[in-house]
Amino acid sequence: MMLTLFEFIPPSLDYLLLAPFLVVLGTACLGILVEAFVPRKPRFIVQLVLAVLGLIMALVLIVWNWGSPNLADPWSDVIISGTVMIDGPTMAFWALLFGFGLLAIILFAERNLHAGATSFTSSAASVPGSNAETEAADAGLVHTEVFPLAIFALSGAGLLVAANDLLVLFIGLEILSLPLYVMVGLARHRRVVSQEASLKYFLLGAMASAILLFGVAFLFGHTGSFDYAALSRGVTFSFGDSLLLAGIALIGVGLLFKIGAVPFHSWVPDVYQGAPTPVTAFMSVCTKTAAVAAFLRLFYAGLGGMRLTWQPVLAGVAILTILVGSIIAINQMDIKRVLAYSAVSHAGFILVPLVGAATLTSGMMPGTASSVASIMFYLVAYGFAALGAFAIVTLVRSQGREVTDLAAWAGIGKRDPVIAVIFLIFLLSMAGIPLTAGFVGKYIAFVAAWQGGYWWLAMAGVLGAIIAVYIYVRVVQIMFFKDPDGPTATITQAGPATWIVMILCVIGTVAFGIVPGPLLDLLQSVSTFILPAGS
Amino acid sequence: MLLEILSPVAAQGLMQWAWLLIAIPGGMAALLLIAGKVTNRFGHWLATAAPIASFILALIFFIDLLSRSVEARTVSVHLYNWITAGAWEINVGILLDPLSIVFVLLITGVGSLIHIYSIGYMAHDPNRRRFFAYLNLFVAAMLLLVLADNYLVLFVGWEGVGLASYLLISFWQEKPSAAAAGKKAFIVNRVGDMGLLTASFTLLAMFSSTAFVDVSTGADKLTTGWATFLGFMLLLAACGKSAQVPLQSWLLDAMEGPTPVSALIHAATMVTAGVYLVVRSGAIFEQTPSAQLAVVIVGTVTLLAGAWIGCAKDDIKKVLAGSTMSQIGYMMLAAGIGPAGYAFAIFHLLTHGFFKANMFLGAGSVMHAMDDDVNMRHYGALRKLLPITFITFAMGYLAIIGFPMFAGFYSKDHIIEAAFHAQPAMGVLALIGAGVTAFYMTRLMMMTFFGEKRWREGVHPHESPVVMWVPLVILAIGSLIGGMALNGWIGHWLEPIGAEVSGHPSWLPHITTIGIITMVVVALGVALAWYLFSKKPVPDEAQEKVSILTTAGRQDLFGDTVNEYLIIKPASALSRGIAFMDEKGVTPAVEGSGRFVQLIGDKVRLIQNGYVRTYGLTMVVGAVLIGVALVLSRLV
Repeated sequence: MMLTLFEFIPPSLDYLLLAPFLVVLGTACLGILVEAFVPRKPRFIVQLVLAVLGLIMALVLIVWNWGSPNLADPWSDVIISGTVMIDGPTMAFWALLFGFGLLAIILFAERNLHAGATSFTSSAASVPGSNAETEAADAGLVHTEVFPLAIFALSGAGLLVAANDLLVLFIGLEILSLPLYVMVGLARHRRVVSQEASLKYFLLGAMASAILLFGVAFLFGHTGSFDYAALSRGVTFSFGDSLLLAGIALIGVGLLFKIGAVPFHSWVPDVYQGAPTPVTAFMSVCTKTAAVAAFLRLFYAGLGGMRLTWQPVLAGVAILTILVGSIIAINQMDIKRVLAYSAVSHAGFILVPLVGAATLTSGMMPGTASSVASIMFYLVAYGFAALGAFAIVTLVRSQGREVTDLAAWAGIGKRDPVIAVIFLIFLLSMAGIPLTAGFVGKYIAFVAAWQGGYWWLAMAGVLGAIIAVYIYVRVVQIMFFKDPDGPTATITQAGPATWIVMILCVIGTVAFGIVPGPLLDLLQSVSTFILPAGS
Repeated sequence: MLLEILSPVAAQGLMQWAWLLIAIPGGMAALLLIAGKVTNRFGHWLATAAPIASFILALIFFIDLLSRSVEARTVSVHLYNWITAGAWEINVGILLDPLSIVFVLLITGVGSLIHIYSIGYMAHDPNRRRFFAYLNLFVAAMLLLVLADNYLVLFVGWEGVGLASYLLISFWQEKPSAAAAGKKAFIVNRVGDMGLLTASFTLLAMFSSTAFVDVSTGADKLTTGWATFLGFMLLLAACGKSAQVPLQSWLLDAMEGPTPVSALIHAATMVTAGVYLVVRSGAIFEQTPSAQLAVVIVGTVTLLAGAWIGCAKDDIKKVLAGSTMSQIGYMMLAAGIGPAGYAFAIFHLLTHGFFKANMFLGAGSVMHAMDDDVNMRHYGALRKLLPITFITFAMGYLAIIGFPMFAGFYSKDHIIEAAFHAQPAMGVLALIGAGVTAFYMTRLMMMTFFGEKRWREGVHPHESPVVMWVPLVILAIGSLIGGMALNGWIGHWLEPIGAEVSGHPSWLPHITTIGIITMVVVALGVALAWYLFSKKPVPDEAQEKVSILTTAGRQDLFGDTVNEYLIIKPASALSRGIAFMDEKGVTPAVEGSGRFVQLIGDKVRLIQNGYVRTYGLTMVVGAVLIGVALVLSRLV
């Protein structure tokens, strides 16, 4: 009798379900080829068209797959031997990532603000202030590599949200991070700050990755598998599981770093400030979305058995994040740092329903949003507001350079009321004022936490939200009611790219604030994580 | 006694469009206000067309209802679901029944006439379009009030008419007195609104619904205590809107508004909303004799107080305002008597709508002739120069004093009789009221249309234009035949809403002992006034040395003084106290906490020093803390 030691089972690959991700990955690879073979002159436009078309195609495929029976059937999930899970949440998060990614990439293409150049340096390799830099700028060189870099980051994010295996999780995280390290350092102006931010982000990111990998090792040590399915079987409430606890702690830290939760948020303000503003916009939405999605899947599908242990800790982190983010933002005098700390506090608000998720589907009453759906909705609301806000930050300039000092923003509301009012809408949404998507997002987030049994967390969240309102009211006050003293900034005429993003973001913010129902129902229908089969 | 409640039938065919009744004037008001100056030239025509359209529609519904059997005359139109919260479901719907349809006809009918009249009256006002927009807003809100099928939607209309009334009273806002009067009306009304809101909340708690149908069917399950509480709250609401004692003080000041407003809102329609509310809530009052008695007392007190004030005023509009209070007092008295009085309350409300609108518009016509002078001491001998105004006003006059065959004769006598049967003491007081009414109305007639000319210099009285007198003529006809036409019909028509009628009244006057006594008392009042104001010349200036009774009447029975000492002074003391607490206690606390937060921010910011090594260390410390917290959370 032959004993088969290694039996090769060919992985089942449902290419149609995987297609959105594959298209994005393919677009990134094509982008590299374009960089190599297309002449310099048409290269920019080719890259842009390729990136936009690739993402649109991915979105179309997501819509195509949306009603796929496979999404609803928990027994047809084995894709690539169970290392990747394509279920409802994956599709929804892909849609979020690629949609917002598309908007951010459209922002990359804005060339009206720098006399025909993008926000990116002409020659990243040149020393700041050197002759080489001036020559490159004079020659009109552009770094079209940002497009494939961003798409690579998006494909990493796509892999991250679908990861059903600790190693795939790590790979996805790295594919997401590495292009970002480069993109952060590409600012056209204030290049030293930009490069410093890039290096900081890289060093701290590397450290976070190391911590995460450490956690992966511990978890492997406890369960003997990287697979979430095996993980969920091996995770039970018992004593003598220090490896498991250490693993959860370390892997959690690695992901919380990407989410930007306190006390792993230190990089956020420095990097958001230093990075080229369109890249900041990209990171503030896409990185957060991907990391939250990965966190959700790992901690519910994989480590759900330890829920009672990690939920209180995460609740503490959420409160700390909301408070620290909001309080520090109050004193900031730089709009990008204000928005960065506001992003930190938003990370805290997103953690609130995440903690409150009682079960995978959260057993909600009909008509109420589950934790997962409310997190998705919050991300949609935040995404529109943050992207739009950063888009407007790129417009406020003095002598061709972005002015992020709030003192110079005084009285902008009088000088250009249209843009100022649009900015006001985004700020109101971030503050969670009714009739904006941000209000609905906060509301259902707190409701989800409350129904999950964390009423005190919901209360703390509400209190934090009140403090956070101050951040935005202060900016509004400066913009509309303060008379400028000292140099002022003006609003540069935006090109079509920025206008497209601003208008879409306003529509999204207002529409989902007034009629959130359809979107909520849609998200609710895809908010169930599928547990790996075979248990 | 248990009322028979008819369950409403669902609307069919054209009735499903009943919401148009409200939507037409409402939409027109929005159009005029939003479109702004563009509609300045023709806005008033559009605005006048709106209530006429609603009137025609109402007439069609009315004929439809007439042709139905009694059981099918209560029609509900479900519009949409407004609020769903737990077990509560509040629907927005329309209830067309015999009660609401007569109100709709009154509001749109008299409203249309007043719109037409206003075309002439406001012809030279620079803000004419705005005025008409507000009038339409009022009509829409009033229709919502009477068509609503539950208390919450009624409340929306209730507040809507309050708002429209405020806007219209202070329409000439450049006059400080008008602005103040608008505020006063609004604030006094809020007191009543509180009663209605409290009643609605209580109903929600008791019945999980505020629909009239649910309340009527479930009312007999109320304990007496709750029924009494509800009754008093509803009475408070009715007092506010209908200017009944003790919330009467706003109505006299409300005469600061343009005269058509006084006619439409403060005579014919809005002030009767309280009567409507009491009749509509009949099922609740049935359960609570004490609240019913309170309604009767309030009605009686007000009918006397209003008549008293009417005797003492020289301002023609204020006399009419006092008279309005008094007549609504009669309606409240009838409504308080219970099912036996409902039909009479509504009957008097309808005839009053005619003759009081008639007289207010007539007063407007007189003022128009006298350069907006309102002092009757400056009138006199106007009957020759304003023949149409005089004749039409005389119709209203004969109607209100209850001259045989005129409208008030039927409706008021019924109330006095019913009062005698229910509470003889109230009957006597109502009888005295009728005599006083005859006195002050005769005084008004004598001072205005008879006697010597006491005109100021430069005043050249002239008859009003045709758009103004045509409505007067129509209303005068109503004052003349309204009573006869409705007398044999209204009682049975209102039976489905719980009114009780004995016998078969016809258009012929039904002579009773009380009826004869009433006529004698009225004749005495007329004779006394004729003797005092026709035989003797009317002094040009009001005398200073007058009896305490007259002084009290001129001072609106010291209503404002009472409010001043009972409410305003304590309230401002309280508000000063709170302001002091706020300034010395709350503000420093809030500002302090703001500074505290900023201070923390400053301290925490020090960690954000830009060094990667610090950041890395923070992360490590954080990771350790998370690990420790995880272990601790296991132990807890």
